[in-house]
Amino acid sequence: MATIIHPPVEPGQQDQLRTGVGSGNGSDNRLPGDGSSRSVEERPSAPVRTGIWVALAAITMMFAALTSALFVREGSANDWHHLPLPPILYLNTVMLLASSATLEAARRRVASYMRSAGVGRDAAMFWLYSTLVLGLMFATGQYIAWRQLRAEGLYLATNPNSSFFYLLTAVHLIHVLGGLGGLLRVIYKLQPNVMTLRRSTMDATSYYWHFMGILWIYLLFVLWLKI
Amino acid sequence: MSDASAPAVHHGPPTTFLRKHVFSLDHKVIGKQYYALALVAVFMGMVLSWLMRIHLVWPNSPIPGLQFLSKVGAPGGVMTPEYYLSLLTMHGTLMVFFVLTNAPFAAFGNYFLPIQIGAEDMAFPRFNMMSFWTTFVAFCLLVLAFFVPDGPPISGWTAYAPLSAVGSDAGPGLGMGQTLWGLSIFVFCIASLLGSLNFIATTLDLRTKGMTLSRMPMCTWAWFITSCIALLAFAVLLPATLLLILDRVAGTSFFIPAGLVISDKLEPHQGGSPLLWQHLFWFFGHPEVYIAILPAMGIVSHILINSLRRPLLSAKVLIYCMMTIGFLSYMVWGHHMFVSGMNPFSSLVFSFPTLLITIPATIMTLIWLGSIYGSRLRITAASLFALGFISMFVSGGVSGFFLAQPSIDIYLHATYFVVGHFHMVMGVAAIFGVFAGTYFWFPKMTGHMMSESLGKLHFWLTFIGTYCIFMPFHYLGLAGNVRRYSAFTDDFLVPLVPVHKFITYAALFTGAAQLIFLYNLIHSRFWGAPAPANPWECTSLEWTMPSPPPWDNFGGKHPVVYHDPYQYGVKSSTGDYIMQDSPEEAKVSA
Repeated sequence: MATIIHPPVEPGQQDQLRTGVGSGNGSDNRLPGDGSSRSVEERPSAPVRTGIWVALAAITMMFAALTSALFVREGSANDWHHLPLPPILYLNTVMLLASSATLEAARRRVASYMRSAGVGRDAAMFWLYSTLVLGLMFATGQYIAWRQLRAEGLYLATNPNSSFFYLLTAVHLIHVLGGLGGLLRVIYKLQPNVMTLRRSTMDATSYYWHFMGILWIYLLFVLWLKI
Repeated sequence: MSDASAPAVHHGPPTTFLRKHVFSLDHKVIGKQYYALALVAVFMGMVLSWLMRIHLVWPNSPIPGLQFLSKVGAPGGVMTPEYYLSLLTMHGTLMVFFVLTNAPFAAFGNYFLPIQIGAEDMAFPRFNMMSFWTTFVAFCLLVLAFFVPDGPPISGWTAYAPLSAVGSDAGPGLGMGQTLWGLSIFVFCIASLLGSLNFIATTLDLRTKGMTLSRMPMCTWAWFITSCIALLAFAVLLPATLLLILDRVAGTSFFIPAGLVISDKLEPHQGGSPLLWQHLFWFFGHPEVYIAILPAMGIVSHILINSLRRPLLSAKVLIYCMMTIGFLSYMVWGHHMFVSGMNPFSSLVFSFPTLLITIPATIMTLIWLGSIYGSRLRITAASLFALGFISMFVSGGVSGFFLAQPSIDIYLHATYFVVGHFHMVMGVAAIFGVFAGTYFWFPKMTGHMMSESLGKLHFWLTFIGTYCIFMPFHYLGLAGNVRRYSAFTDDFLVPLVPVHKFITYAALFTGAAQLIFLYNLIHSRFWGAPAPANPWECTSLEWTMPSPPPWDNFGGKHPVVYHDPYQYGVKSSTGDYIMQDSPEEAKVSA
């Protein structure tokens, strides 16, 4: 069989080879061929970018199933008792949306840090840590919301409304904690003695985090409307 | 995207024993691990089916040794009716999840998808390893149900609420056994989601230069479509099992209605909807059966093309049919619920796409049959099982046409007619796909050839045996034989017992025939004739590498693909075929 054999590619060489070929093809964390930021955007999909959209599709489907369960359960009996949403949820929402803004700032600073070969790491880390803190505050706020409900005598099995409240917020929070884990991984990879962060990892982490924010808005709407 | 070159190797060569054989990142090892798990699960499931069949025809006779599996369930070796249901539940769960989802999809897909697209490994090797070991944890949780005091659950693999949700009041096995079942399936869903994510990202992003989507082999397409279906289906079963677990342990009432009195005890639940469980479960459950069959269709198509030594009538139409089946599979779940008490009008709404889905399945069958007509098929064990698949798929599939009509289903629902239908399509046809894949790819995976004569013997005995087992099921169903009964004492059922006896003998005979396969597998693995790189003269990329392949597949080089995998019946330097990575052009069709 005649197979055109490419010489084995060293991992470090690969990005340079790619940038040498054309307009920013495939370079995740290296200077693009012509140096412009636009060409940095034109990169083929690293698998993690596809992977994160696939994961988000699955998570969407899961919450769609939970939403339809909510609608069916509401209609299946006369025991649907609206409960007032703890006001802290709205504060938590603000914090989560703010964390999306800080993460976006972080993402841009990471991109410019990668382009500028060593300048601007501190700014990137500041925004990343801000996102982490806001995310942890969101998690704490959700826990406080649960405590408030418990103080009113509303537990998981008290009535279907409380069941779905705890269920939806808890499942969302588990995914947010996963996002926080991703953020920690990004922070770790940006440590001076590690320095293995790829643009695609940063992007995927931020897509996931933004999705958690959008998902939360949706859930808050469902909770406000139905619960 | 069409000429994206494969990225550099994800991980270095494994050095430690654990990395090489246990916690391997190599998709090939993971594929073999899935296969081994499926092999263990299928033999367990088969033994369970023997126990069930023996009990059905000799209900009062002790089965020696069964009392050691469960003192409560089989005192003195005589199975109680409840334990029959326990074994039935475990048989179904093991077979559907750990065999039919694992073997054709996870096992062969993990091993061959990256190779067939020219990649060094899956997109996320660590997720891949995690998905196998998570599946293994799910398997252990399920098997643990045999050993809890009350035994495994009795609610069937479908675990309908409220029986599955109320707890141990309702019967043996519904305490810890059912909770373990729920946890096992919950964990299995996570594993499947990770696996599907890997398949999709790998197929979309790691194809080598020249490997456009239309040049991917049939089985790769099937794995890709299956992983898309699996992603959305398991994402629904996951919350469903979570809700079930919460109903069982946290006192919620998602599925348990008010006013249930079980064993003289009023259940402290209210307001739940048992129908909700059915909707959620079958929304997963119907795509699941296509997850079971589509990879087998892809494998069989791939083997058939190779054995026919010419392309199919239309590979493109076949791929579109698989996509259509995948799409329509999400619209038909209610056909499992025609008699559940849901609005009868919705039966019409579900019946229509159910009948529609027979169209692409029929087109696929006609393409296979039309391609075989006038060809000189090379008869090997693999191609025999591929032909057997078509036979079984037709025989099992046509009973689906009947069940798709609500009016007929009112009579046939929950009878042996349904059991015959799904066993022929899933339990036989899909397994034939697995057998075909095994005989075909064993040389590549192990570097040894399997015994062709033993393989052909295995085929004929299994082919005849499974027809003897499952065709009579349709007759039994038409005669009104209800499924999930542990004994046939009703007047109208007594005359059917001789049919059941015949089926039981056939089942034991066919089960024994599988020992031939097992012997062939193990003997050939160690003492089989050495396999050349391309014993079947097949065009796809896995046959360009040594048998077995090295840890990094293409040795650090990236193959370049010039052709689709259907270059057969052409004059070339290699004979009557051209490999996908050969720049040689076809001269004249043979």
